[in-house]
Amino acid sequence: MLSELRTMWEIFKHSFTKADTVQYPEEMPYLAPRYRGRIVLTRDPDGEERCVACNLCAAVCPVDCIALQKDTREDGTWYPEFFRINFSRCIMCGMCEEACPTYAIQLTPDFEMCEYDRQNMVYEKENLLINGVGKYPEYNFYRVSGMQTAFKDKGEGPNEARPIDTKSLLP
Amino acid sequence: MLPVLLALAILLGGVAGAAVLTWWERRLLGFWQDRYGPNRLGPFGIGQVLADMIKLLTKDDWVPPFADKVVFIFAPTAIVVAMMMGFAVVPFAPGVMIIDVNIGLLFFLGMTSLAVYSVLLGGLASNNKYALLGGLRSAAQMVSYEVFMGLSLMGVVMMSDSFSLVDIVEAQTNVWFCFSQALGLLVFVIAGIAESHRLPFDLPEAEHELTAGFHTEYGGMKFAMFMLGEYLGLMLISCMIVTLFFGGWLGPAYIGHWLPPIAWFGLKVFFVINFFVLLRAAIPRPRYDQLMSLGWKVMLPITLVNLVITGAVLLWMEGGI
Repeated sequence: MLSELRTMWEIFKHSFTKADTVQYPEEMPYLAPRYRGRIVLTRDPDGEERCVACNLCAAVCPVDCIALQKDTREDGTWYPEFFRINFSRCIMCGMCEEACPTYAIQLTPDFEMCEYDRQNMVYEKENLLINGVGKYPEYNFYRVSGMQTAFKDKGEGPNEARPIDTKSLLP
Repeated sequence: MLPVLLALAILLGGVAGAAVLTWWERRLLGFWQDRYGPNRLGPFGIGQVLADMIKLLTKDDWVPPFADKVVFIFAPTAIVVAMMMGFAVVPFAPGVMIIDVNIGLLFFLGMTSLAVYSVLLGGLASNNKYALLGGLRSAAQMVSYEVFMGLSLMGVVMMSDSFSLVDIVEAQTNVWFCFSQALGLLVFVIAGIAESHRLPFDLPEAEHELTAGFHTEYGGMKFAMFMLGEYLGLMLISCMIVTLFFGGWLGPAYIGHWLPPIAWFGLKVFFVINFFVLLRAAIPRPRYDQLMSLGWKVMLPITLVNLVITGAVLLWMEGGI
């Protein structure tokens, strides 16, 4: 009996506390910079697409919401011919961002993606690509990867050594 | 003519009050749980009442094929009718009541007991295991609280020497019965919660265990009528607590004349309703064997002790002992 009265008193004291609710549309909640929201595809500092169409994001995606097709440019670099994310499936887990070797796919603090038509939740590459570098402003995969492209031979990038001629290494 | 108009006003007022109460309770619960509750539609969210009404009225009026059709439809009407009838004897203010019968208290007890049948029949007619369990619990609850609910009021009857609610209010002109009948008040409040199936004693509903208990199969307006009955019951029990223990329309003695009687009545009922909502916010639901043992082992002895003491004191004051 006494504990019931005490409970009632404790609850009654909450008459004088402020509500914890954030009145969302009028008052935006604080979203951390690393909040996992809408997915974007970033560009490297030269303005080219970072995505190399390696398919790791699609492979790691637990709900299979990512679809893409690889194609090769004339300079030898890879890029996705199409890149499609079905946001009505996406669970914003961020595993694609972890898997991405080139920092291309990134999650942003934006969750306001309401549509009346479900088909509108499917984002194509032109909807996903942004004109910016995202979280890693310096990084440019083809400049540091040691891969031969039209604008750079093997070993010419920063922190790279020339390839070793295995034949001349023979004793 | 006047009693008819008054009856109509009380009928409409009861329904409107129950509707507003759904909103008020949700706001108040939110208030005590550090959130807002429905606050978007209209000033302070009161438009929520209208939205709920539209939603419930436009829903499909569906009877499950496996249910006992006649009883299934009858059950929700019974609770509303019974609770509405209970309002017939409530003295809101001197002259503002539908009828002053000399057995008003018995009439009230009878009508609230009839309302329990609605829950029982609803549970039985649904032909659903959860609904049946809800009805079963309702029956178990009924046998355990009806006894001490009636007995707890006998102290009041002894002190005012009448079953008429007007006489009972007038007997409290000097001292309200909440002081002299404190034990009776305690027991009656607990029985009243059980009677109107409010938390913490909403065992027939018990949404955590029985999905929705006796009204699992109900939807649309039939469900709304159960809810209406519940809130009418809440208001009726609050009116009764005020009438029997807190002096009805009377203000506090000597200083209570600056408000009209109806305002005093409304104010007190408002406080009692808020107290019931606080109970709902604060206290968890007991198991139904716990409720029954509380009823038989604690509440019934308390009531009997209260009766004996009241009788002895009354006899002593009249010089009988």
